[in-house]
Amino acid sequence: MSSILVVAETRRGELREITKEVVGAALGLKEESRLPVAVALIASAPDRFLGAIPAGVDEVLRVESPAEHFEAHVHERALEQLIAKESPRLVLAGHTIDSFGFAPAVAARAGTGFASDVASIRWDDGPLVTRGAYGDKLVAELDFPEQSCVVLTLRPGAFAAAAAAGSVPVREVDLELAGAAATEHLRFEDAVDTGVDIGNASLLLSVGRGMDAEDELPRFEALAERLGGVLSVSRPLVDAGWVGSDRQVGQSGKTVRPRVYLALGISGAVQHLAGIREAETVVAVNLDPEAPIFGVADFGAVADLFDVADALEGTLG
Amino acid sequence: MKLVVCVKQVATIDEELELRDDGLDADFELELNEWDAFSLETALQLREGAAEGGEVVVVTVGDEDAEEALVECLARGADRAVRIAAPELAGGEVLGIAAALAAAVEREEPDLVLCGVQSSDAASAATGVALAGRLGLPRVAVVKRVERDPASGSLTVWRELEAGASEVLGVRTPALLTIQTGSCQPRYANLRAIKQAREKPLAVCGLDELGLAPSAVPRGSRLRGLRAPETGTAARMLEGDAAELAAAIREIIEERVAR
Repeated sequence: MSSILVVAETRRGELREITKEVVGAALGLKEESRLPVAVALIASAPDRFLGAIPAGVDEVLRVESPAEHFEAHVHERALEQLIAKESPRLVLAGHTIDSFGFAPAVAARAGTGFASDVASIRWDDGPLVTRGAYGDKLVAELDFPEQSCVVLTLRPGAFAAAAAAGSVPVREVDLELAGAAATEHLRFEDAVDTGVDIGNASLLLSVGRGMDAEDELPRFEALAERLGGVLSVSRPLVDAGWVGSDRQVGQSGKTVRPRVYLALGISGAVQHLAGIREAETVVAVNLDPEAPIFGVADFGAVADLFDVADALEGTLG
Repeated sequence: MKLVVCVKQVATIDEELELRDDGLDADFELELNEWDAFSLETALQLREGAAEGGEVVVVTVGDEDAEEALVECLARGADRAVRIAAPELAGGEVLGIAAALAAAVEREEPDLVLCGVQSSDAASAATGVALAGRLGLPRVAVVKRVERDPASGSLTVWRELEAGASEVLGVRTPALLTIQTGSCQPRYANLRAIKQAREKPLAVCGLDELGLAPSAVPRGSRLRGLRAPETGTAARMLEGDAAELAAAIREIIEERVAR
């Protein structure tokens, strides 16, 4: 039976938040598409996650994984078989590091329609989606003519999460997954605890690519502290090896929720903006008046970040 | 050890770009994708670390302009380049590009295929893993560190998770990895190498030469159009010189943080 199939994401014993957003997107399409919403729960000991599945889902397809942790090839094999058996109209997963490892391969092998990092879905006899183009400077609208199944990965934060968990009927699905795993899990390595905690700071002074002088960093760290906050950064400064990943804000770093997020020289790539959605007030200073960060900031100033930093130091006497 | 690195010449997104009249593409400056500098560097280091030596082949899909990216890779140390000339794939649709790459990569019979996690312009984060799917290769996405066991050739890889954590995995070759930025320090080419790069082999082939019939090229999606984004709640812009801006920012901080 045709359906919208949501791929649940779990890690180290927890159902990840993104799954609630993807279910939210699926439930939002239910009325227009007249399709039931099923969740594919592919995991070892899947029952432990059942209690966290959002209400409103019509069915959970329970798939016992032979791998203890998420394994991309097990997911790929399971979804290939689920697509063949269940003929879903849509397969939805989060646009996350885990999905990067299997979703495109599923689409390539099963010959389905495919789009990643999808920001919106509309239904008109089939899915019509938008995603960013050219580094989000433009929006692309895509459709999927002649595709009976379409695999989409959804941009984190773009869809409202489904409400609280509820009781959902479970159906056991028996798939051929023996020997599917192609990687061996050796261990998880946690981030080194440096005592820096940007996740709970009420004020973050955050610098990005515009701060192009490594030797200026201590000064920004001092300024952040004198203002009563903590220094955070966007990915390029971590990649350059200037700052540890403990200070990195964004999709591949941390999600932060400060009262005030002061962004100096951060243009606002999607991956960065994903990390500041829960900031109460965003103040952005950037030389480029077209910088995407001004689209999400509450206050903006087109100015040189070093000039503003000088002046902020001036106000502290 | 034979390594294939798939690269892309991307739109320089920091620059202005202009939407074409038909609304289906834009004009822009080009450069080597940021992620690909890291996958190339990873390949060069693996080749240098392999006692048996090896070859690094860079492959791209694109028109003649895309050869600049290949030449840059050759200058940095790749041995050979292949450009797949496929005007039918000009839109850059992921599954079609992956099919073309698969046809070219298959012929090379590499021990390892490396791709960037994503391209800076399309940001699909999908081409490499779609390619692995087509080739039936084991793959790990978003890798920040690779170690190779010289005896068995098998790999230990660090898959980046969020917030500085990682998962360490063992994977046998042949395999495909997508490489994250910051995973190594990409080398620059010196002038002499840039000059010599033009002497290195650069093959050009069409889809027919790769044995890929037009009807066999998949299309994951169809582009209906491009438009400028609707800007959400635009920021309230602060005006004034640096001192006035600083005063306004201090006021916002005092008002909202100390509540």
